[in-house]
Amino acid sequence: MKLPPFDYFAPSTVDEALDLLAEHGDDASVLAGGQSLIPLLALRLARPAVVIDINGLDELSGVTQTNGHVTIGALTREYVAEESKAVADGVPLLAGALPYIGHEAIRSRGTVGGSLAHADPAAELPAVARALDAELVVRSRTGERVVAAADWFDGYLTTARQPEELLVEARFPVAPASTGTAFEEVARRHGDFAIVGLAASLTLHGGAITDARLAFAGASDVPVRAVDAERLLAGQSPSDRLFDAAAQQAADDLDPPADLHGSAAYRKKVAATLVRRALRAAAARANREGGGS
Amino acid sequence: MEISLNVNGAQRSASTEPRKTLADFLRDDLELTGTHVGCEHGVCGACTVILDGRAVRSCLLLAVQAAGSEVTTIEGLALDGEMNPLQQSLWDSHSFQCGFCTPGFVMQATAFLADHPDAGEQEIREALSGNICRCTGYQSIIDGVLRGAERMRQS
Repeated sequence: MKLPPFDYFAPSTVDEALDLLAEHGDDASVLAGGQSLIPLLALRLARPAVVIDINGLDELSGVTQTNGHVTIGALTREYVAEESKAVADGVPLLAGALPYIGHEAIRSRGTVGGSLAHADPAAELPAVARALDAELVVRSRTGERVVAAADWFDGYLTTARQPEELLVEARFPVAPASTGTAFEEVARRHGDFAIVGLAASLTLHGGAITDARLAFAGASDVPVRAVDAERLLAGQSPSDRLFDAAAQQAADDLDPPADLHGSAAYRKKVAATLVRRALRAAAARANREGGGS
Repeated sequence: MEISLNVNGAQRSASTEPRKTLADFLRDDLELTGTHVGCEHGVCGACTVILDGRAVRSCLLLAVQAAGSEVTTIEGLALDGEMNPLQQSLWDSHSFQCGFCTPGFVMQATAFLADHPDAGEQEIREALSGNICRCTGYQSIIDGVLRGAERMRQS
């Protein structure tokens, strides 16, 4: 059989899942959409003693909008978030990134929480979470804690989640007025992991940039913010020259990996192009939202 | 574990190990070998089936996870032994060559056209982008799906 043997548990409540995690900790893998874990099992790169299938935890599914945040239950399927009006209206950057995830059949099963917990540095949702300073809520038998996206991604496929904790929801701040966003990526074919991807958000006020956010996927072992480029943009009026300078700054600050899909130098070049492209698109959208006047 | 699910309109029950994928379960236990397994880790799309109305990769799902669900495989498409309009259109367009990827493409296209009956070429290309064909260069498949969409709209 393709997958290695494991003990299988399918809890029907979050409390049951937390009990299982408390008991098995590091020996357990949480199975959500399975679009990353099952391949890891099939290739036997992962051999957990225990698999805790959380697909029966209906309480972890769904999108809600509460005081300034769109909250997405960890088990919400990516296609559900993609079709959500609350996401489209409140978190356009997330709405723009979702269609880039894998393919239709992947988004049928893949979950928002699964992608954030798996933390593939080339994946779309981690970059969006970083760009927007999303908050991740994890729960264990001893309580709940909220982790800022900046503190969530520890390294390649590694997060701040402790073995006995379960990611239960992600909170994305609603975009302020006069904000334009863009998600751009370059991949070998639509749906593949990004060679480089970029989540960008610009907020304009009176014709000037009051908030700029740029987060790369595929450019490091974690999603990374282009902090210096963001600083360079803040307070300025949008222009092609400004965007060129930001693109240069962002690319200069990157130390991307090299692999068979692209050298480090190629990734830097792609990164600069994506910054230019995304900033122009985001600025145009922010202007349409009324930020240019 | 003993599981029960609806496959192509018939209720089926069988015993399976938790680690068995739905793809292997369909092929080995239910003897529905129309679902093909290519890469077996979610890249090629050959094993695509329809689970509760959505296209999914049956190699990325444990059989036990499909318990209680409705699954449609390539064997469930024909109408009274005749090819359905999409299948007939793919046939007419000489869409496929060796046939290995065929079930995955047909199931993905079936699920997509059910939700997007008016889809144009670009949308169809994107919807099928997760399925790999090593023979055709894809154009004949796109032609077939476009023709199928048209035929389905007329019928």
